[in-house]
Amino acid sequence: MNNSFLRVSIWVYLVIFFLYLLGPLVIMSVTAFNSSAFPRMTPWECLTFQWFGELFQDQRILNGIKNSLIIGAGTVILSVAMGLAGALMLTQIWPKLRATYYTIIIAPILIPGVVLGISTLVFWDRINRMLGLGADSFLSNGIFLTVIGQSTFIASYCMLVLVARLQRYDVALTEAALDLGATHAQAFRKILLPFMRPAIASAAVLAFLASFENYNTTTFTFGEYPTLTIELAQKVRYGITPAISALAFIIVALTVFFALLNEAKLKRQELVAAARKSATVEELAGKIKLPSFFAGNMAAVLLVVFAVATITVVGTATAYNPGQCIANVKEQKRVEAEQRIQELRKQREEQRKKREAEEVEQGGAQQSTPKPSNNSGFGNVFAPNTLGGDAEEESSDTETPPSNNGGFGGVFDPNSLQTDQ
Amino acid sequence: MSAGVGVDLENLWIRFGDFVAVRDANVNINGGDFFSFLGPSGCGKTTILRAVSGFLEPSEGKVLIGGKDMRGIGPNKRPTALIFQNLALFPLMKVWENITFSLEISGASAKERRKRADELLDMIALPDQGDKLPSELSGGQRQRVAIARALCAEPDVLLLDEPLSALDLKLRQHMRTELREIQKRVGITFIYITHDQGEALTMSDNIAVMRAGVIDQIADGKTIYNDPNTAFAASFVGENNVFRGKIKQIMGNEALISTNRSGELVARISTANQGKLAVGDDAMMFIRPEAFAIAADGVSGDHFVTARVNHEEFEGNVFNIFTEGDGGKEIKVSLPNLGQSFDDHTGQNITLEYETRNAVLVPAGELAAE
Repeated sequence: MNNSFLRVSIWVYLVIFFLYLLGPLVIMSVTAFNSSAFPRMTPWECLTFQWFGELFQDQRILNGIKNSLIIGAGTVILSVAMGLAGALMLTQIWPKLRATYYTIIIAPILIPGVVLGISTLVFWDRINRMLGLGADSFLSNGIFLTVIGQSTFIASYCMLVLVARLQRYDVALTEAALDLGATHAQAFRKILLPFMRPAIASAAVLAFLASFENYNTTTFTFGEYPTLTIELAQKVRYGITPAISALAFIIVALTVFFALLNEAKLKRQELVAAARKSATVEELAGKIKLPSFFAGNMAAVLLVVFAVATITVVGTATAYNPGQCIANVKEQKRVEAEQRIQELRKQREEQRKKREAEEVEQGGAQQSTPKPSNNSGFGNVFAPNTLGGDAEEESSDTETPPSNNGGFGGVFDPNSLQTDQ
Repeated sequence: MSAGVGVDLENLWIRFGDFVAVRDANVNINGGDFFSFLGPSGCGKTTILRAVSGFLEPSEGKVLIGGKDMRGIGPNKRPTALIFQNLALFPLMKVWENITFSLEISGASAKERRKRADELLDMIALPDQGDKLPSELSGGQRQRVAIARALCAEPDVLLLDEPLSALDLKLRQHMRTELREIQKRVGITFIYITHDQGEALTMSDNIAVMRAGVIDQIADGKTIYNDPNTAFAASFVGENNVFRGKIKQIMGNEALISTNRSGELVARISTANQGKLAVGDDAMMFIRPEAFAIAADGVSGDHFVTARVNHEEFEGNVFNIFTEGDGGKEIKVSLPNLGQSFDDHTGQNITLEYETRNAVLVPAGELAAE
């Protein structure tokens, strides 16, 4: 009883949790396929792939992606190299200094990106000037500055990843290599680097993603090379189109693809390792006969499903022409708009008629009542009777508004003025 | 077989800050010898090995390999190969790549390396295992791969840092004979570090007994066992019963000691201490458990000890009697199992007898911790 309640609440919690995590992504992805000019899911108009086309025709976005890739590659190389050096230093340094050194090297993670961006800009500008170089020198190049600026803190992330692996390294391995005649460089290249390879790969991926999504440091340093995030931020200022949703969808799809690929590979390795110890992969996977790569490997199956789905979508996209649907929607919209205009006209017509009728009524009544009804906020201040002799001068200014919808109510209505004459 | 390359340590001091790890070590190791450093953990034996292999520079003194001073020469330039305590096989390389790592460094072709690896794998009795990873081998196999890897570098001196300590007893005993055989076959100098006196005694031509950075004695196994220089050497190598006392009388190479608890006993002064001891000096007499025999009741003299039997145990090859002498002195007696019947002596008083040549007298000194 209690147990089942607990289980249900766990499921409810999980559903809410995943909705919270993935909901925005799903909605954003869906909006990329709606033909509505503003990214939205409802009302659903037409299934369209036009936003992808538009995305790839947007030179600024494409240029931003290109810059992001260049800067990402630069940051990966610089950050991983610095991170590895920092991690190696941490294991070599005199133990009493270790804590201090660690704090210093971790500090950039804690410093706001904005500060790093500004300080990078200021620092390299200083150096540029000290060297007497112009504004177009390499040191003030946007790509160079962005790579340097991002690396200041991304290198710290890399170091954390690399240190974790390095702590499991047995220094005796390097000593063994030296003992067998290797130089320090050879021992590093042939023994330590291969050992660090998985961690270096992780650090590189981490560095690339951190660089790709970075905004607050880049915003100070990009110069003439705006990255994708910068371009997106600038675009949002002028209103966004579903082309951005399309981009988001592509990024999500790529992420899922590589995550599955990685998972499938790892699982495969695990299975192979297990197989070498005892049985064959097929035996371990169970009864269902699948091609060896898929056996017992859920991730691989998902990967293939995912790839097939992608190919299908792309295939449909090239063959599918939403023109008819869009035309329909347009037509529908036009009809709707027309209807609304008609309705509006009708309403106005009715109002006009109503007013005319009222006026006629008023005209009749004015003979008997010298004071017209006045709904103005100004009360009777400007009422012709109160103004008395001044009324004639007023009338020349207030001739222009013919209808009675002014804030002054019926005060300046020529009809009401006329009554005095 | 070549004579091999000798290793000499001359006035070697190694300090870490204020701590002296090795104090004035002087050792001559003959080429082609199997030489062991024997001592408890932390006595500085691994430090000496690292100084020989080049990972440590001595604070003072010299390391000579083949008569050549090794100061300033890095581990990769020395004609030594070290087998690490944890073996340090390269985990990501296959067995054959591990073995021929030194050839890869010297730029040999893969084909050449493979051929040499197969030869060495045959030698260590692991044919067709070259394509496995070290993690797929058993402890003893890994051990042999480490030896093959070191031998592949064709060193003049092979250094072994307690390589058998991680193996189980059976395998350890098997590897002892195997190591000794390999050493005889390749004919190079082996320097072996161990805290296991059994390993040192069975394999070595010569043994250096170390205590807290100091070498107490360098001799062959028999000498160290039968004729120790110091109280430490006597108590560390093998089991021993110690009798403390003062020298009462010296008669040539023998001395009469008035022991604290067991009366006056006669002993042989150990070779290294002959002529150095004087009447009235504090001394220690050591008698091995197996050197005792049970004497007839009631006899007494300067080579008889009386004791009360505390308990007894049967170990298979020997029958151990744990006795308590006068004043609570514990004495262990091991009688070889020759098929005779053992009477239960528990609670009785027995008289123990020894021959003077089996009682060794050394100056009083520090004993090995139990």
